[in-house]
Amino acid sequence: MESIIQVNNLCVTLGGQQILKNVSFEVKKGEIFVILGGSGCGKSTLMRTMIGLLQPISGNILIEGQDIHDPNEILHNKILRKFGVMYQQGALFGSLNLLENVALPLREFTSLNQDAIELIATMKLKLVGLENFTNHMPSEISGGMKKRAAIARAMALDPDILFLDEPSAGLDPITSEELDSLIISLSKNLGITFIVVSHELPSIYTIADRVIMLDKRIKTIIATGNPQDLKINSTDTWVKQFFNRKGSNI
Amino acid sequence: MKKLSIDIIDRLTDSTISDDTLIINLHKYLDDITTAELWNSYSEYFRKNEITTIIIEAKNVEFCNGLGIAFLYNLKRNANIFNKAFEIKNLRKEYFALLSNFENLTIHTPQESINIKTDVSVENIGKIVEDKIKSTEKTIEFIGEATSGFIKFFKNPIKNIRWSEVLHIMEKSGVDAIFLSALIGFLFGLIMSFQSAIPMQRFGAEIFVANLVSLSLFRELGPLMTAIILAGRTGSSFAAEIGTMKVNEELDALTTMGLNPISYLVLPRLLAIMIVSPLLTIILNFFGLIGSCIVLLSFGYPVVTFISQATKSVKLFDLGGGLFKSIIFGLLIAGIGCISGIQTKEGAQAVGESTTKAVVNGIILISITDGIFSVLYYILGI
Repeated sequence: MESIIQVNNLCVTLGGQQILKNVSFEVKKGEIFVILGGSGCGKSTLMRTMIGLLQPISGNILIEGQDIHDPNEILHNKILRKFGVMYQQGALFGSLNLLENVALPLREFTSLNQDAIELIATMKLKLVGLENFTNHMPSEISGGMKKRAAIARAMALDPDILFLDEPSAGLDPITSEELDSLIISLSKNLGITFIVVSHELPSIYTIADRVIMLDKRIKTIIATGNPQDLKINSTDTWVKQFFNRKGSNI
Repeated sequence: MKKLSIDIIDRLTDSTISDDTLIINLHKYLDDITTAELWNSYSEYFRKNEITTIIIEAKNVEFCNGLGIAFLYNLKRNANIFNKAFEIKNLRKEYFALLSNFENLTIHTPQESINIKTDVSVENIGKIVEDKIKSTEKTIEFIGEATSGFIKFFKNPIKNIRWSEVLHIMEKSGVDAIFLSALIGFLFGLIMSFQSAIPMQRFGAEIFVANLVSLSLFRELGPLMTAIILAGRTGSSFAAEIGTMKVNEELDALTTMGLNPISYLVLPRLLAIMIVSPLLTIILNFFGLIGSCIVLLSFGYPVVTFISQATKSVKLFDLGGGLFKSIIFGLLIAGIGCISGIQTKEGAQAVGESTTKAVVNGIILISITDGIFSVLYYILGI
């Protein structure tokens, strides 16, 4: 499989404190790639840097060979078209209903007429099982539905890559399992590459083709591979503890 | 309730001193009440040189909560500090396990705390300066982007702005504020006329109240009062709305969609307020004149006389100058509201801070700008 994202020697600081140090990895086309690690290890920072919201102090991120932090506005916008993002709380626009939320990118970036936009937006909502909630406002739906609607919005322009920030966080096991199934089905049926930030082990075991694990102490990747393999074969104590859900001193 | 029925004797301790050893016999309950009573009781023993060993006999302890564990830990810590041998005997296994969790606990002594506080203060000054620099950078960036947005807008006014959003904001901040502007204008005109008419009546000059009120409303007070209404009503609402969007990552979502939050959210707001502000000023002025007219009517002057005096005193430049000021005030209020929202930090408290900042900074900036306009108009002879 060819690589779709390359992260090279990435170093990121926040408020003068180094969060990530020499992080390098690549993501293959069509895989579900999970960034995991303990709380505060820099998972979300890595994702925010990968989607261009944070500027690294050194290193680069190439999406299909183009640098996400390209200063050229036209090129930068072209790269933004390649991916969609689902934020932790969904980040749906509170003043728009679900259909309008999903329709927004279509309205802004295509010359489709209103009927076409509404049809496409409804189809995207159907993909995530929310076709009957098109007129609901974000405040009227549950947390899990918000996340699904956010995935629908992120898919509005048919991106090659979807970034999901903690998709299972705060969801009950059934909703979480439904969301996992959705991710797997979208990956298989539409060939979308998923980059998922998570530390929910059951979800990781279900969806992940490959994971990288960040370590807060060394501020870089401590392990890479399939989560089941890492659970059984990792020689690192902390990685083993993480996958086996065992603390060091309790 | 159950605790109250426990006999006080169950909470007390017996302590015995034999030679160089202090033995503390704990009773049945080692809970919050017991701990509060015992905490300082044994501190004097740790300072006594003749005592070299402290033994806690805990065989009777049947109940021990977190505070009880803290009491035991404190005894152990003091023994360490004063170089006493220390032993806890017969403490139940589960309580001992709880106590052992704190073996590596680091406690900052008051001296350390003071040092840390001093360091933090120095660090804080640095952080405040850094924050101010960053905030200035962002403000400059904001002004630049807003200007560039306006240039794009003037190149193609139909395509480059979301007119539906502009109309929606105009309705919320303009149409919905008509009653308030009219009421304040009316009361302002009424009060100002009444307060000035009484002293002026002594000189038979009460008719000039019409000149005074109309001129001050059109040139100065109309735009200023409208701006203050807008700052409190609309500026704060912009800051809260955009601030909440920032906290909910909606601004990030716009950015990663390739939509510039300034073009998408700020420009329609700036434009809407620039249109609405002079219109509200006209309404406020009009109702101010009605208020003033009512006072003069009560002094026996007909409406025609009032209108005649007012139209004689107010020139087109006064009206135009006031309305131009109003447009600029609107731009400043909307700009400050939006930038306060965009610069919101994390959390609900930050949204409150942004809202306050939007109103306070808005009013300060309006006052300064009004002063600049006064000087400018004087120089230009307007």
